[in-house]
Amino acid sequence: MIGDLVIETKGLRKTFVSKDRGGRKEVEAVKGIDLAVRKGEIFGFLGPNGAGKSTTQKMLSTLLCPTGGEAKVLGYDLAEQQEEIRQNVGCVSQAGGADLGSTGVENLVLQAQLYGLDILTAKKYAVEFVERFQMSSFIERPASSYSGGQKRRLDVALGMIHHPQLLLLDEPTSGLDPQSRAYLWGEIKKLKAEGVTVFLTTQYMDEADKLCDMIAIIDNGRIIVTGTPGELKSNVGGDAIVFSFSSEETARNAKTLLTENVQVERIQTSDNSVYLNIKDGEKMMPELLRSLDARNLEAQSVTLSRPSLDDVFLKYTGRSLREDERK
Amino acid sequence: MKIFHDTKLMFIRNMQHTLRSPIFVFVSMFQPLMYLLLFMPLLNGLGNVPGLPAGKTVDVFIPGLLVLQALFGTAFVGFSLIDDIRTGVIERFLVTPVKRSAILLGRVLRDAVVLLVQCVLITLVALPFGLSVNIGGFLLSLLLYALIGVTMASISYGFALIYKIEDPLAPTLNTITLPVSLLSGIILPLALAPIWLQDLAKINPFSYAVDAARALFAGNFQNIGIVEGFVVIGVLAILVFLWALNSLKKMAS
Repeated sequence: MIGDLVIETKGLRKTFVSKDRGGRKEVEAVKGIDLAVRKGEIFGFLGPNGAGKSTTQKMLSTLLCPTGGEAKVLGYDLAEQQEEIRQNVGCVSQAGGADLGSTGVENLVLQAQLYGLDILTAKKYAVEFVERFQMSSFIERPASSYSGGQKRRLDVALGMIHHPQLLLLDEPTSGLDPQSRAYLWGEIKKLKAEGVTVFLTTQYMDEADKLCDMIAIIDNGRIIVTGTPGELKSNVGGDAIVFSFSSEETARNAKTLLTENVQVERIQTSDNSVYLNIKDGEKMMPELLRSLDARNLEAQSVTLSRPSLDDVFLKYTGRSLREDERK
Repeated sequence: MKIFHDTKLMFIRNMQHTLRSPIFVFVSMFQPLMYLLLFMPLLNGLGNVPGLPAGKTVDVFIPGLLVLQALFGTAFVGFSLIDDIRTGVIERFLVTPVKRSAILLGRVLRDAVVLLVQCVLITLVALPFGLSVNIGGFLLSLLLYALIGVTMASISYGFALIYKIEDPLAPTLNTITLPVSLLSGIILPLALAPIWLQDLAKINPFSYAVDAARALFAGNFQNIGIVEGFVVIGVLAILVFLWALNSLKKMAS
């Protein structure tokens, strides 16, 4: 339903021109993307470094002018109604943007005032977010003294201070310790419960998987696939199951048996084990075990694992997202 | 009006930063005070220098010294802006509905206020050295210094927005401040200079400011140089401010 779309882009492009010694050099950061973000969902934009995630986020927040294509944010035209978009969208950049020389409270109050709120309302909202994000123990100190997790909480609070309907988060948990990450995830889920739409970029698969309702995977400036985490993973070709047996011979016999009797995507043996990929592994498991038992091929152990978003990325790009992460 | 509202917010924010470490307001007065204590006696020793405007040395030297302070005291404000760019503060401001011009106006007005405090203090310090000054002229000269401060600060911010890193900023600013101060007859009168140097000084807008400031201190309100000084520096201030504003807008394009 078009009316429910909070972000809608068609062929959105961004080309940077850098003047080098060799003359003009064009870099296509975003090569025409179509996005449809529905109201109230957490939409994850997943991709490796340099894929074009931040550039897209900056275009949607009016910080960068698109080179081509069109976009509507909250129903406002990105090219024509930037003032309206700025007033109604909340935005947290990767750098965060808290003023380190000021205290957290000063940051929050000024930010609220920049959205046109009077000083009393601004202070009221600041207090609200100090409580909400449990920041009272440090909020009166200069932001330069905050830990990474504390600063990130302030950054996100700054983006939300005016109660926007849409929040754009650029790699919100990048560089955070596991505890702070879990805390932020909880806060982002609360936002969803309040009806706020969240568009977040991330290079972490577990973040996209656990937090997001919809995911678009971006690589090299193009969206390669969009879907719910479940849809994306079931596209990969089923779950991975490993049976271990007492001997190599048993394993080979089991492979022959299973290949004949069950529809598997892929099957192979290695030492005493059989590795197979199968659709709906959970549901198929009892049947597999029964047919093995019927021939007295007793498995010593069984593991079932779901495909991860990394398998999805691997399928579409031929590269592992983890490899990119390590670089 | 939104522009006043936003400028006020930005001015307060920047002033808070200044007041958090007020000592630097005084540290950047060190240079003119050194000129006052260690250089002015040399001028006194020269006696009647041809071309030096009539009057006591201190009366001629101080208005120029304040121009020097306006140039060098505000020249390096761009460094604080680079800090704000690096920490993402400017980007955060740019995605709020705040007026772009207010982001810069709030800064240059803070710089102008700091400069005026310095100018008043330097003038007070100069009084025991025998400075006599026309009060009305002095008050009017503060507006002139503020305009010079706005000009230099805008140049500094403009380059900060273009470079976005510290390294090239200081050499660039020195390249501008040194020749314009040498060519404005602050340290020694330009009447001593050969013709080509005097001609060069005529295209230096700040030499008009020095002439205007000296006339104001002396209370020579009929002097056409006063109007010339205000017009030249006023126009220059507006032009460089717009240039810096354009650099800010380009950051988001």
